[in-house]
Amino acid sequence: MTNAYDAQQSRGLLPAWGYLLGIGVVAYGIVPLLASDYVYDAILAPFLALSLAAVGLNLLTGYAGQVSLGSAAFMAVGAFAAYNFNLRIDGLPFILSVLFAGLTAAGFGVVFGLPSLRLKGFYLALSTLAAQFFVEWALTKFDWFSNYNSSGVIDAPPIVIFGVPFSGPSGRYYFALTVVLLLSAFAARLVNTQTGRNFIAVRDNETAARIIGVPVFKTKLLAAAVSSFIIGIAGILWAFAYLRTVEPHGFNLDRSFEILFIIIIGGLATLRGAFLGAALIVVLPLVLSRIGTLLLGGYFNSGVLDMSQRILIGALIIVFLIVEPDGLAALWIRARNRFFGALTSRRPAREVTA
Amino acid sequence: MTNFDPAFFVEVLVGGLLSGVMYALVAIGFVLVYKTSGVFNFAQGAMLLFAALTFVSLVEKGVPFALAFLVTLAVMALLGIAIERTVLRPLVNKPPITLFMATLGLAYVLEGSAQLLWGTQVHGLELGIDDKPFIIHGVLISSFDLFAAAVAAGMVALLAFVFQRTRIGLAFRAVADDQFAALAVGLRLPVIWSAVWIAAGFVALIAGLLWGARLGVQFSLSLVVLKALPVLVLGGFDSIPGAIVGGLLIGATEKLAEVYLGGYVGGGIESWCAYVFALGVLLIRPQGLFGQRLVERA
Repeated sequence: MTNAYDAQQSRGLLPAWGYLLGIGVVAYGIVPLLASDYVYDAILAPFLALSLAAVGLNLLTGYAGQVSLGSAAFMAVGAFAAYNFNLRIDGLPFILSVLFAGLTAAGFGVVFGLPSLRLKGFYLALSTLAAQFFVEWALTKFDWFSNYNSSGVIDAPPIVIFGVPFSGPSGRYYFALTVVLLLSAFAARLVNTQTGRNFIAVRDNETAARIIGVPVFKTKLLAAAVSSFIIGIAGILWAFAYLRTVEPHGFNLDRSFEILFIIIIGGLATLRGAFLGAALIVVLPLVLSRIGTLLLGGYFNSGVLDMSQRILIGALIIVFLIVEPDGLAALWIRARNRFFGALTSRRPAREVTA
Repeated sequence: MTNFDPAFFVEVLVGGLLSGVMYALVAIGFVLVYKTSGVFNFAQGAMLLFAALTFVSLVEKGVPFALAFLVTLAVMALLGIAIERTVLRPLVNKPPITLFMATLGLAYVLEGSAQLLWGTQVHGLELGIDDKPFIIHGVLISSFDLFAAAVAAGMVALLAFVFQRTRIGLAFRAVADDQFAALAVGLRLPVIWSAVWIAAGFVALIAGLLWGARLGVQFSLSLVVLKALPVLVLGGFDSIPGAIVGGLLIGATEKLAEVYLGGYVGGGIESWCAYVFALGVLLIRPQGLFGQRLVERA
């Protein structure tokens, strides 16, 4: 969690644009050649939505050091706000309802970030639980939010941007992918600006940050706002590009924990970690159910799957915290350095010492 | 709410206070661990579930009540030692928030294994106290709640005795006060931490049995942890009297708010109003009602 680690991270083998180009070619060009509808709907869609949510949470928790247990609430705010903007304002372009929904989530983020004026650590984490329960309750209780649907369920509107419809599994994939790449690029840029440095300063030592002139409280609120904006939009992806119908309880405390777990397993304060962690969380249950069925056959039912998945994720959290606090991202860098080190017989890059 | 009925008010208040005792029971387990090791143990709810589920499954297999209690106690003791060995010891000297996240993982492991071991169906638990409400001066009181309150009082007395009058209690207090000084005078921290986790397991068992008799023994038991958190925020993380008073306050506030304010917003506000109340208090008094001023909160 030190700056040396961040510096290490940006010193890759290729320049940044090279990576972006590579990711773009693979994601837009190669993935669609290989992916079936099942892969789009069951793997790529949740992966993209969760990655984006984790990117958002990582800004707040990984970079600015404010632990949040209420991410799912902000996803819910984003999803339900986008639904309502789209429904209630005639002729509003879809892209604008997404944007407004993100801003609404950011507004909520600021409101629930206000306690950080006086609270820190656990106490702040607990105050985010208030957001979690309040939002879930409000969305269930007032059926105006779900257009008077008796069980609070909302259906995704068609995704149309500048007249181009993004329908079907692959269309939704392109939409989600574009949103995720744009916002991740924004986040990656943000953490290398003065604002991003301020986040890190506040995280590492609040008093020192204040002394060197970082506006601590403003920085915390800004982190909350940007993070909630991104998480809100991730909620839209979750609701519109992945599930298509979603109820408030789909954004419960377990979902918040899931996102927190993604950034712990993936690595705090790395954007790459958000994607690696999300991939693991999405793929784990699928792999587990295959292996379980193979080994135990019919005995391995969905209940057993659920429980063993819970155990495994919990254990992974503990193991990562003990063995590799910098998460999958650090493992990735280490593996890459070893691989390329052997390849070019260069001196391997400095080990991560965070 | 046009005509205010004082008897009804008292009834709601007493009901709230008594349910507050149940929250305090869960909160005490937290305080024990936090006070002595600085670990915010989110897994307390999962331990409660684990204990109650183990106990109930043993009883259903025909094990006598007392024996099942002792066996469960032994299991919880082993669990406490195992947690100290595998989770806490490798994480010594890590930031508190890391330890908190580790207990989140621990909660998942415990919830998963308890249900994998004993199944996910709801078990009824009969403690042999009939929940017949009786009436004092026109106020309805549940006898089960009174019993729970008595148990809580007994447990607090026991803990107070252990903390104040025994050697291990003295060690607990020393460690809570200053870990390095405790280490310097030769106290063995791992042993003490194990002992604290065993004690927390004991509290979890008692609370689990009471909550289990109330709600049925099932997964939602581990969610009572969420009821205990505002209690802790309010009472301070490191104060047992704080946990009790906080529990009473939260219980009363929750019930009164639900009855007198809930009607205006469609009810069901119990899930969050305790948090908002606790936060409101915190903004004015960051150390909680009874917490030490030293604790960094603002």
